[in-house]
Amino acid sequence: MRERGDEWTVLMRSAISGDSAAYHRLLKAVTPVLRAAAQRGLARAGQPVDQSEDIVQEVLLAVHLKRHTWDVNAPFAPWLFAIARNKLIDWLRRRGQRVFVNIDDFADSLPGDPAPEIPAASEVAVQLQSLPARQREVLQSIAVDSSSIKETAAKFAMSEGAVRVALHRGLASLTTKLRDA
Amino acid sequence: METDQLIRTLAADSSRPARPVSLVLALALLAAMPVSMAMLFAGLGVRPDVMAAMHNPFFDLKFAVTLALAISAVGVALHLSRPEASLRGWAWLLLIPAGLLVGGIASEMMLPQNLPMMTRLIGSNSRVCLTAVPLMSMPLLAAALIGLRHGAPTRPAVSGAIAGLLSAGLAATLYASHCTDDSPLFVATWYTIATALVAAIGAAIGARVLRF
Repeated sequence: MRERGDEWTVLMRSAISGDSAAYHRLLKAVTPVLRAAAQRGLARAGQPVDQSEDIVQEVLLAVHLKRHTWDVNAPFAPWLFAIARNKLIDWLRRRGQRVFVNIDDFADSLPGDPAPEIPAASEVAVQLQSLPARQREVLQSIAVDSSSIKETAAKFAMSEGAVRVALHRGLASLTTKLRDA
Repeated sequence: METDQLIRTLAADSSRPARPVSLVLALALLAAMPVSMAMLFAGLGVRPDVMAAMHNPFFDLKFAVTLALAISAVGVALHLSRPEASLRGWAWLLLIPAGLLVGGIASEMMLPQNLPMMTRLIGSNSRVCLTAVPLMSMPLLAAALIGLRHGAPTRPAVSGAIAGLLSAGLAATLYASHCTDDSPLFVATWYTIATALVAAIGAAIGARVLRF
């Protein structure tokens, strides 16, 4: 487990210095662990575990937008699990649950038993519809249609810079809407 | 949206990570400080005998206490803006201003005094202190909360209370230049009540606005 944590830390350091392939690999690697932890937490709170994917996506968005609060000299896993724990608690509170999440749910010493199948997420898709048109179109183009930034720019007759800005703003407002939903 | 799609999208957002919380907090406080200073000069002004007062160690001690509070609260607030942080090992920083104050009270007790203890404690300005410090804190509290919103505090009410201590420390530093009550007993009583009030306001607002 220690090795896995070290590997994440190395990937995140590369990601912070601009290596988007390392970033992609890191997010792929942490997702099954986050999913298993979210399912454990939901099960413990007596909530349906098939809601886990919404929490996973909120955690990933928070990791992305708050990555400047990670200290590059600190291990990555405790930072990640602190965000994940926070998002799970928040999610449960929004649903009127007064729950105290067991810290062990996010201890990185637990094996991330992979979920047999990935449950569907719905909240991001719902909140996406309430974004300003430009942000929504750009996000959909990149996320759903798998277009590159360049292709998206051509499609909407925008500059690549404007696409980047719309993408970043879209992710930020999506996060705010999910939090306040 | 599937998680794989979201991950691809996040990786495609090659914008640089946001600026450090410390920088945003510093800029916000720098912007708010002139507002609080304007409130001081417009509403109260500096005490007329300020040059002479500076030779009184108990006048100077007020600034040491309030600045120590502001600086240690900045340290704790920045620490708590990281999600994995806990108060453990950091909360003692907040004891520095309290320790200075206790030291001040002890030294005053050992010196001969013209006025009885209760008179020094009650002072002449307590109502102004209780109004001015919280009022001058407000722009600074707003700035501190804006700065900390940029972080990822996992206990928003605690971080909000620390933001309250921070802004009350700075506001009290300004107020100390107007206040003619220099006894550490006065400071320990009225400045503390004013600070606690601002910390409570900070906790209440922080619980709402510091979630991320």
